[in-house]
Amino acid sequence: MRAFGAVLLRDLRLSMRRKGDVLNTLAFFIMVTSMFPLGVGADSQLLRTIAPGILWVAALLAAMLSFPRLFDSDFADGTLEQIALSGESLSILVLAKVTAHWITSGLTLALLAPLMGIQFGLEGNLLAVLCASLLLGSPVLSLIGAVAASLTLGVRGAGVLSALIVLPLFVPVLIFGAGAVTAADSGLGGDSHLLLLGAMLLVSVPLAPLATAAALRIALEHA
Amino acid sequence: MFSALDLALEAGQLLRVMGANGVGKTSLLRILCGLRAPSQGAVLWSGSPIAKVREDFHQNLLYVGHLSGLKDDFSAIENLAGSSAIDGTDVDLANILQALDMLGVEHCSRIPVRHLSQGQKRRVTLARLLLAAERPLWILDEPFNALDVRAVALVEGLLTAHAAAGGTVVFTTHLEPSIDPIELTHLDLDRFATTVQ
Repeated sequence: MRAFGAVLLRDLRLSMRRKGDVLNTLAFFIMVTSMFPLGVGADSQLLRTIAPGILWVAALLAAMLSFPRLFDSDFADGTLEQIALSGESLSILVLAKVTAHWITSGLTLALLAPLMGIQFGLEGNLLAVLCASLLLGSPVLSLIGAVAASLTLGVRGAGVLSALIVLPLFVPVLIFGAGAVTAADSGLGGDSHLLLLGAMLLVSVPLAPLATAAALRIALEHA
Repeated sequence: MFSALDLALEAGQLLRVMGANGVGKTSLLRILCGLRAPSQGAVLWSGSPIAKVREDFHQNLLYVGHLSGLKDDFSAIENLAGSSAIDGTDVDLANILQALDMLGVEHCSRIPVRHLSQGQKRRVTLARLLLAAERPLWILDEPFNALDVRAVALVEGLLTAHAAAGGTVVFTTHLEPSIDPIELTHLDLDRFATTVQ
């Protein structure tokens, strides 16, 4: 468990040193979500209808931009070898890395999303559901993204390839994430969607790190 | 790359792996520490396959590869504190400063390592040898790369001292080490090379 904390702290401290990476993700999210009201026009009913989908897709794409930095630099500078040779199980340490990554991408996006939601005319209750759906869904995105990032580690054109791998896997998260807000808006309540997102999270927390660790070992074999 | 290689490492042994470029020195070291699986054969630690006793094996192993394992944005102190915590070694600031001082890089221990020269970075990486001195097995891939003559002598001293204290060292180098030949065993991989089709 000590190694878990060490990796987590180290990655968080590292992203404090490279603030640009974190800010890029956030800036991308802000820009994309601000473009839509400008492009679609001031039809408040339309904006309100498309808001959940747009905010979710923008968050998903912003998170995707940040996946390459999950393992790339560790792979290039040899830290990944060290992590693989630690006495701690590699999947536990992968979970630490994903947690650190989520704090700097998914969590900040989830906290920022309600602010962007205001532009689309969503109000209090819906903003809360939006935030909750992102809080539950974005860790799943990070976990799946880690699998793809590890599978494409050291491969040429890794960015596009990992996007092709993860986007289909993101579909269920997107459907239930955006669906939660739409359902809450229609008066049905988003609880069931949120519960399903929670279930996805519970499944991916133990499984995704195992798959990621296996893929990292393969990448290290061929290093 | 190579085959029919039967090797047993004893406590107190200092083994230098030799061979032409591309014969598989690095691959052998990576196989020994479990980063790479051999296509045939097995690596045993105290009689058990390393995959079975992975945790115990890794707690007894220190591997320093070609790559530095240093984060450019961190200072030498932060790097060593971080890597020791990941390895599971207990160190405090005094230990780290002492190790950096031994290797002659204490004066630049607080600036990001990206500002250091190749040789200085190598010295910072090798400070791990002092911090993890109680780990019996050291596997070092070209530890003398980028080091100046004095640092090479210093590191050679560390290696012989580790072997004298009952540790085991496996290393590669293309320099002719000035270690007493009586203490040094050689493994010439060229003799085990298989021709690649």
